[in-house]
Amino acid sequence: MMVEKRVGVTLAYVILATLSLVMVFPFFWMLLSSFKDASQIFETRVFPTRPTLDNYRLILLDGHSRFPRWFLNSAVVAVCTTASVLFFDSLLGYTLSKFSFPGKKIIFLLIISTLMIPTEMLVIPWYALSRAMKWGNTYWGVMFPGMISAFGVFLMRQFMSTIPNDLLDAARIDGMGELSIFVKIVMPLVTPALATLAIFNFIGNWNAFLWPLIVASKPRMFTLPVGLANFSGEAGSDWHLIMTGATVAMAPLIALFLVFQKQIVRGIAMTGLKG
Amino acid sequence: MTLAKKRAMTAYLFLAVPLVFFIGVRFGPMLYAMLRSLTDWSLLRKTNQFIGLSNFKAVLGDPVFLKALANTLKYAIVGAPIVIALSLGIALLLNRIARARGFFRLIYILPYITPIVAVSWVWRWMYQTPPLGILNAIFSALGLPAMEFLLSPNQALYSIVAVNIWVELGYCTTVFLAGIQTIPMDCIEAARIDGASSRQILFGIVLPLLMPITLFLMIMQGIQFLRIFTPVYNMSAQAMGGPLDSTKSAALYIYQEAFTKFELGRASAASLVLFAIIMAVTLAQLKLFDKKANGEVES
Repeated sequence: MMVEKRVGVTLAYVILATLSLVMVFPFFWMLLSSFKDASQIFETRVFPTRPTLDNYRLILLDGHSRFPRWFLNSAVVAVCTTASVLFFDSLLGYTLSKFSFPGKKIIFLLIISTLMIPTEMLVIPWYALSRAMKWGNTYWGVMFPGMISAFGVFLMRQFMSTIPNDLLDAARIDGMGELSIFVKIVMPLVTPALATLAIFNFIGNWNAFLWPLIVASKPRMFTLPVGLANFSGEAGSDWHLIMTGATVAMAPLIALFLVFQKQIVRGIAMTGLKG
Repeated sequence: MTLAKKRAMTAYLFLAVPLVFFIGVRFGPMLYAMLRSLTDWSLLRKTNQFIGLSNFKAVLGDPVFLKALANTLKYAIVGAPIVIALSLGIALLLNRIARARGFFRLIYILPYITPIVAVSWVWRWMYQTPPLGILNAIFSALGLPAMEFLLSPNQALYSIVAVNIWVELGYCTTVFLAGIQTIPMDCIEAARIDGASSRQILFGIVLPLLMPITLFLMIMQGIQFLRIFTPVYNMSAQAMGGPLDSTKSAALYIYQEAFTKFELGRASAASLVLFAIIMAVTLAQLKLFDKKANGEVES
């Protein structure tokens, strides 16, 4: 029995370790390719014989490269939408959890039901709207569909229900306004939930592709994924540059992931358990 | 004004901006797309006439759209069950080990949080034919024949499915592992004392208790694969969904109708067809699992 168990555990380790090699290999290969030059990229050697940083210089520092601008665009979009989502989603979660008023249930159901509307359908009217309002090739045009997230409302409502009502009533008796109760008392109390929501939203908006691809037609307004797709499509066989671009697009997320891994893992686990 | 009324007023005030958003950016556009799917809406024509169901007739009579729908179902039918089965297996293995569990989970999640555009190009690079592609180099080192991967109409779709599985695996594993850890240990201990084998515990206790999570993941992954766009766009030549439309998904077809042909009415009709399919598949899964769950209770 003991021996059987130990064999089983060893086998589990072997399988999991092998699998983790499969999972990281593409990243490893991307990174190695990014240190090769045009001639080495076509050699079959795994490691670069003369590792070079020229690709990074070309993509990050060269005056003709648009990557820095795309990087900036992605950062602006991800930061602004995340800030908006944090405020509005927690406000919605708070209102739907702590207030009672006619129509509360219907409003909640209506908001949640928007999760089922496929983006593929919405982008067509969004595009028409952007054309009519001249939002094409603007930050607002890229950002407006993501300013509030229905999924976040669902998440925040769960967390808001843990706030004791006495605390809110005490603040009201002290004469605090409703909005300042929300900003000064409620929001600080749900910081862990806000952290999870923030990180997910940031990742989602940083990686978003379909809508930014449609709304941004001028290269200076591309986000990093759209820019990378465009750049790679035109780069032909310059795989060393494509791999460098891919590394640059991933780097901030991997850094973020290493810092906030706890929140990310918890956030993923929560989506499943609450579902 | 009574206190309750005043509180309700505050609530409506807080809800005002978000409600405008959900109506203006979600429901409104959805209704608009539905209405305009009945017109010859195009950016190339000035007039917009009501043409009934002509757009639906046109897309459903378009062999390319039918091919895209068939591909879309293939993506989902192949991809979703494999992701679920693999991730469940991995989660069970992770639950058995004591050390390095967090480390492994971290590595498995990595593809999920990275931009799909970037990983699509990394895989496209790895899928290259000899002598460029590393996968073919590994194959030839192992004495296996060279593969065409993305260049072959028979292999391209599966090559893309493999990438999407690799992306979604960590997410599903994490959800399953969290679910396994909520199973009360005394439940399993009691069964063990009663003489249940590991196998019986797995099939008799663990898997039935994971049923709701499995259903949730099946539905989410089903939707995910039915809507597949970014990997197809980035892994097919010129983003065309080739070779020979063999990888074109419904989402890519909609994108091309709307934004390269500017036939917005026809694209809206196609998007409604996709919406209907997503709803039908989701409901079918709910029903199927419901029956299974009830069947287990009865037996």
